[in-house]
Amino acid sequence: MRSSESLEPTKAERRRAKRAAAKAQSGVWYPKAYWQRFATPGMLWMLMFFVVPFYVIISVAFGTVDPVFRSPLPVYQPWWWSFDAAAEAVGKIFGPFRETYIRTFTFVVISSSVCLILGYTVAYYVARFGGKRRTLFLILLISPFWISYLMRMLAWRSLLTDDGYVNQILTFLHFPSVGWLEGQPVTVILGLVYGYIPYMILPLYGFLDRIDGALLEAGRDLGASPRETFWKVTLPLSRPAIAAALVIVSLPMFGDYYTNNMLSNSPRTVMIGNILDDAVNTSGQGPEAAVFTLVLMVILLIPMLYYLRSTARELARR
Amino acid sequence: MTAPTTTRTPGRVPVGGGTPTQPRSRQSWRRDPWRRPRILETVTWAYLAWSLLPVILAIFMSFSSGRSNSTFQGPLTLQYWVGTGFEGDNQSLFRDPDLRSAIRQTFVLSFATMALAVPFGVAFAIGLDRWRGRPASGANILMLMSFVVPEIILGVTALYFVLYLFKFIPLGTPAQLMALVTFQMSYPVIIVRARLLSIGKEYEEAAMDLGAPPKQSITRALLPLLMPAILASLALVFADTVDHFVTVAYLSGASESQTLSMKIYTQTRGAPSPAVNAAATFMLMSTSLVIALGYVAYRRYSRGQADTGMTSFTSQV
Repeated sequence: MRSSESLEPTKAERRRAKRAAAKAQSGVWYPKAYWQRFATPGMLWMLMFFVVPFYVIISVAFGTVDPVFRSPLPVYQPWWWSFDAAAEAVGKIFGPFRETYIRTFTFVVISSSVCLILGYTVAYYVARFGGKRRTLFLILLISPFWISYLMRMLAWRSLLTDDGYVNQILTFLHFPSVGWLEGQPVTVILGLVYGYIPYMILPLYGFLDRIDGALLEAGRDLGASPRETFWKVTLPLSRPAIAAALVIVSLPMFGDYYTNNMLSNSPRTVMIGNILDDAVNTSGQGPEAAVFTLVLMVILLIPMLYYLRSTARELARR
Repeated sequence: MTAPTTTRTPGRVPVGGGTPTQPRSRQSWRRDPWRRPRILETVTWAYLAWSLLPVILAIFMSFSSGRSNSTFQGPLTLQYWVGTGFEGDNQSLFRDPDLRSAIRQTFVLSFATMALAVPFGVAFAIGLDRWRGRPASGANILMLMSFVVPEIILGVTALYFVLYLFKFIPLGTPAQLMALVTFQMSYPVIIVRARLLSIGKEYEEAAMDLGAPPKQSITRALLPLLMPAILASLALVFADTVDHFVTVAYLSGASESQTLSMKIYTQTRGAPSPAVNAAATFMLMSTSLVIALGYVAYRRYSRGQADTGMTSFTSQV
């Protein structure tokens, strides 16, 4: 019992009042830290298996190598990190691997531009003119998601082999047959576009479908032709969606090594992912692989953060 | 308002003018704002053909009688599915011991991932949705991050984690499962959170007003409402795990932990036989089956609620 003179509420009282207020606001009362209990297992799991591994990668990158077995010895104390090996690996990026990095950027820029032009056209058509067939279109557009990526590459590999159907058609039309799978940049770009374009179309469709028809009608009422309405209303409106979709398709392309390995497997088309994959699979190159992973992460950090911000905004708008 | 009507009758005259020209010249077709977008339509159908025909051809090839998987040889057979008596490594999908073990491993991983990632994810989503603190938003960013980081980065970090820090997790099924659960958890979280946003708190609060303790208000009011989202994420996690390749390949140990997708990868790079196509087709069939089951269950559970149907299911997916 507290004395009646003191007007200051005690701590316990304040807490009780707070809870009562919360109850009055939401109508119900939950035990203390109720929702935290739901989130904790998942949170611990993510910390343990998603955040800590990144620290391990850093420790391997700045760690040492066992002198006998050539296996990496990660160093977990930042004050003992050595940056010599890492500097050497980064030096390689500007030396022997420079061309690969430039090639990767070129491939990714070309492939994602093709994805954008083709994907936007398809998404726009289905969103605006899909009509009664919209469901059919959607099923057809989504189906590539349920077909394994590797199967889709396998399909192209069979089409493009020396005696495959593409070359059979070329020979039939009296063109010389082409060694598509012998390190042609075109083939790799085709593979990347084919592999990742579904990830472009669906978000764009989702956005274009939500554009308020009244805006388009307003444009038409104000005397714009359909073409002008598209260039002055629809396209500027969809700019954020385009940026997000470009990020979605280009991020996995940067880390892609299997498309290249399945459709070309030649040093002429090697990409960043291939260097990384080779380093992981070669014994004694553990720290180098870790450095390459970190470099890739740093390169992709800005687009990733952009994507996170745009999804957060999108959620806030709903 | 004299807004132009939005009917798309061909030949209808645009605002402001003239009489419809009956024998339509090319000029008038180009000027007609309500004309059918033939170019867009052609591009769309061409895209769909380009995106699906190669796969259909690859499926077809698994029923070929020849040894090549690039040129079809009739008649249609099942010999690369169930056939016996091949010489060399030209085995059929269900007889080759390696492929059989790959099928087993694929399903073991998919079901185990589904069983772990979905409950974790659903609880995580409920917690994140209601607990609006700094840790919660941090966890949310982590979740989205695991969604956008390229798979190779996730694969390498998980591999080094298991190799150098958590050495007690052996390569093979345990390591693969650890990584898969980590990276698949974001699907249920994203899907369930979207659903939580749309159902709001009212049902639960009503249940509690009627005397249900907090626990029951979750199990009796919230979970049934979340069922469509849970089913959608179950189907999605299963289908995605079956197709998973990069992390699973990095974390595989002995040959027993090789999955179908790894087999397809290695054999495609070598000399693929139609058995590889059979394996890929089999994967496609199982994911389609699960997605279809998920859709049927989704329809059943979301009956009587707003937004049912293919479009909302696919938008969840």
